[in-house]
Amino acid sequence: MSGRGLVRRIDWLTVFLYSLLVFIGWINIYSTTLTDPDLSLFDFSTLYGKQLFFIVLSFFVIVMVLFVETSFFERFAPIFYLASLVLLIGLFAFGKTIAGATSWYDLGFFNLQPSELAKVTTALALAKYLSDIQTDIKNRKHQLYAVLIILLPALLILPQPDPGSSLIYFSLFFVLFREGFPLYYLVILLVAIVLFATTLMFGTVWIGIALGIITVLIFVFKKKSAKIPLLPFSAAIVVSILFSLSVNFVFENVFEQRHRDRFALWLSLEKDEKKLEEIRKTIGYNTYQSEKAIESGGFFGKGFLEGTRTKGDFVPEQHTDYIFSSVGEEWGFLGTTLVIVIFSVFFLRLIHVAERQKSDFSRMYGYGVISILLIHYFINIGMVIGLLPTIGVPLPFFSYGGSGLLFFTLLLFVFLKLDSNRLRDGL
Amino acid sequence: MKKFLLSSIVVLIGFTFIGRLSYLQLFSFSPDQTLEDPAIKAIYDYPERGYIYDRNGELMVGNQPAYDVMVIPREVKPLDTLEFCKLLGVEKTDFIAKMRKARIYSPRLPSVLVPQLSKEDYARLQEKMRHFEGFYIQKRSLRYYTTNSAANVLGYISEVNENDLRNNPYYVAGELKGRTGIEKQYEEVLRGRKGIQYIQKDRFNRDIGPYKSGKLDTLPKQGKEILITLDKKLQEYGERLMHGKRGGIVAIEPKSGEILAMISGPTYDPAKLVGRERSKNYTKLHYDTISKPTWDRSILAEPSPGSPFKTLNALVALQEGVIEPSTKFTCYNGFYVGNTKRGCHCGGGVRDMNSGIFQSCNAYFAGTFRKIYGKYTTTDEGMDVWEKHMKSFGLGGYLGTDLPTGRPGRIPGKAYYDKAYGDNRWSSSFIISNSIGQGEVAATPLQLANMTAAIANRGYFYTPHVIKSIGGNGGIDPRFTEPRYTTIDRQHFEPVVKGMANVYKYGTARWLRIPDVEIAGKTGTVENFVRINGERMQLTDHSVFVAFAPVENPKIAIAVYIENGYYGARYAGHIASLLIEKYIKGEITRTDLEKRMLDKTLEHEYAKPYSGEPFKINEYVW
Repeated sequence: MSGRGLVRRIDWLTVFLYSLLVFIGWINIYSTTLTDPDLSLFDFSTLYGKQLFFIVLSFFVIVMVLFVETSFFERFAPIFYLASLVLLIGLFAFGKTIAGATSWYDLGFFNLQPSELAKVTTALALAKYLSDIQTDIKNRKHQLYAVLIILLPALLILPQPDPGSSLIYFSLFFVLFREGFPLYYLVILLVAIVLFATTLMFGTVWIGIALGIITVLIFVFKKKSAKIPLLPFSAAIVVSILFSLSVNFVFENVFEQRHRDRFALWLSLEKDEKKLEEIRKTIGYNTYQSEKAIESGGFFGKGFLEGTRTKGDFVPEQHTDYIFSSVGEEWGFLGTTLVIVIFSVFFLRLIHVAERQKSDFSRMYGYGVISILLIHYFINIGMVIGLLPTIGVPLPFFSYGGSGLLFFTLLLFVFLKLDSNRLRDGL
Repeated sequence: MKKFLLSSIVVLIGFTFIGRLSYLQLFSFSPDQTLEDPAIKAIYDYPERGYIYDRNGELMVGNQPAYDVMVIPREVKPLDTLEFCKLLGVEKTDFIAKMRKARIYSPRLPSVLVPQLSKEDYARLQEKMRHFEGFYIQKRSLRYYTTNSAANVLGYISEVNENDLRNNPYYVAGELKGRTGIEKQYEEVLRGRKGIQYIQKDRFNRDIGPYKSGKLDTLPKQGKEILITLDKKLQEYGERLMHGKRGGIVAIEPKSGEILAMISGPTYDPAKLVGRERSKNYTKLHYDTISKPTWDRSILAEPSPGSPFKTLNALVALQEGVIEPSTKFTCYNGFYVGNTKRGCHCGGGVRDMNSGIFQSCNAYFAGTFRKIYGKYTTTDEGMDVWEKHMKSFGLGGYLGTDLPTGRPGRIPGKAYYDKAYGDNRWSSSFIISNSIGQGEVAATPLQLANMTAAIANRGYFYTPHVIKSIGGNGGIDPRFTEPRYTTIDRQHFEPVVKGMANVYKYGTARWLRIPDVEIAGKTGTVENFVRINGERMQLTDHSVFVAFAPVENPKIAIAVYIENGYYGARYAGHIASLLIEKYIKGEITRTDLEKRMLDKTLEHEYAKPYSGEPFKINEYVW
């Protein structure tokens, strides 16, 4: 395969959006971690210097990925997957603990986080399994295997403990749905989430009343001809109410106080102003500071390197998980909206690219990539702007962290490599 | 359809995020949040508050250092509360309550924990302070008085409260602000402007350099010193004379409208409202609802003016041309309104203007008053003309002084009587009391003094004021240097002034003459009725006196009003005479008179209605 052909066939729009995100991300890392403006950009004693080094390293990873045979990824997917499972298990014995989570191998010059690697390999393995000619998505047993592929790494990561990364794997269910996994699983899941949150907020009585009203409305406004299967319908209502009844029990008895506090903050459950203030200062401190920083940016922002809260280091972990708050403070509404728009266009482009694949494997892997990146983006920004409870996941391409950047890059460019071959060796 | 599911999720997430961001950055955003920003700390540099001098350049109000113990709640580390309280000399419960209040105000901004320590306490505390994180000592300057008088004019300053903080963004908790008197009126002049230095802080509240390289920092602007029109010596002397008496005195320089003295009795030492005892003392003064020391009688009391008002009726009658100075009325030891006789103490007989004034004949002025409105076809019309003349003397409305408080007094017109009795349900007999300054007319001592100044000037006055110059170069409001003309022509004043001079020569104040100074004056004895516990009763008359001196080229016009001082020449007349002598001659020649005023009090008089015993009013014995 000639390099010239590769240059022609690679999806440059995606590459451009990727570079843009990495660039904007680094600018903000520079602003949040700048201590002494006299140091050079590549000074490795600074965090922005380290990050710049990893950006350069990412470039080599990209070149490497693009020159590997496409079939390599597909053929060896199961091996990679198993290897990463081994790495995850190995953590229990040889892991390095940072900030309370045993998630890293100490490789001397940098810390390897196998859960990042496993995101790539699990996406590959899932695509490989689903695209196999013998796999039938309608088959319950095969469904179970597919789900297991997703859940195994997630379960291994959970006790590190790293619930945030663990949660990421669930996004791969999108791939299953795309490939014909029954949609009502998703509907049931969504209904359960909505019931859970609304029960906490309003109580079972109101949920019951609301369900009653919905039932009445359905029967009043349905077409004369339409028949509603009475038994399943009433069963659904009964199950919903039972579920709602169980919510409080689970909340009070299964959850720990810190979890309850997060929900209390997120859903404004705590009515006692004093206790709320207390929660805000402990569990909600990061979110509170981050919201305030974003709010203080206003429409135009305070300007590059002018963010007072960024400078004063008010938002904890600002260069990693809370990097978006720095965009909010220094670049204002204009900056945040621009980043959201770039991300959105980036995802839409990736969906477009995935859909144009002739190879099932490529498309499914593409969906895996999109799901993983999208869930990171959704949870991270949702948390930083105070829409979601605090769950520690980085913002792809943006957040400080060499391991993260390298694996997100790997994840993306394996897909671009597959895409570049779509016309050549379809099936 | 599945193809679009993920795309729509992406778009939905995008809109949700942008929606939330517009709420935060567009809707919740407020542009002046520099003060709110925990990353920016403002350090204030307070200029000294301007000094206040009297008209002769004598210092009345200066400054003294004081030290506030401040707290920034969120910086407080666990401490030995008991030891700290002992050190500060406060109760533990107080300490906890104050800490809570401070935290509610702001965990980030400083609040006052213990205000206004003395220099000695400060010295003791200073070295130990650093053991207590989150607390520090802020130096402030407090007022220092070189006089124990004029509390009502000078006013006081006190710490800004929640209201001030809300209404005026300039103030920060713990700062001081003028509350009453000159301190309030000239707050911005005296205060100056504090300098502000912005410091960039980090999350641990450490300074990490100036904010925006100090571009927004400002330098303090000094408060200006001001000269006020009071004569410190006269003011102090007047307050000594007021010992044990309730009432108000105002002295004005007629040719400028400058207020020379403004005395309210009882009063208090202005130094009482400074320092740590301030709040205790204030409460004591404020809750004394019987003698009301904080109620400035010189400018807020509105008694009927009594007989001094007769001079104005005489002037109006002359201006209207209804009488000549020689016009005579007969006094039958009183006069008749319909079939009712109203009394007069002048001794009876035929009165012209001169003796009408110096003997204070009620019958003469009742007749004069009848002629004023009798000139017009209806009483209404006459009343309107009369009201217009009276108001031109600054009566029945706010004078527009530069003191932050005041009362309008009352000149009752047609509208007033219509409201009180019903439209046209009143007749001339209802209003006849106004002829002698009783009934519905009311005036503050300040208005009486101003009216006297207008007579002294023969027809005009300047708006009374207390500011003499700001920052050493004048700069006072031009409205205080514009003469205001009355509606009475100059030539009509001479006969009235002659009558007033004769008050001292032959009349009601002939015992109060000052050697070598020719005075014109008028006594007033004001009947007064009060309601105590729902029962209407008459108390001893108020003693009122107005005077100006010298008769030619007057230097001082004065009004004295003494509650329950009995007849005009008694307390009010004595005090007026002494003050005029003090001002013009600088010394007192009639020490017996002075001694009487310094010794006598009216406390027994004020105690009467509250004693529960039957009592006599208007007792002639001293």
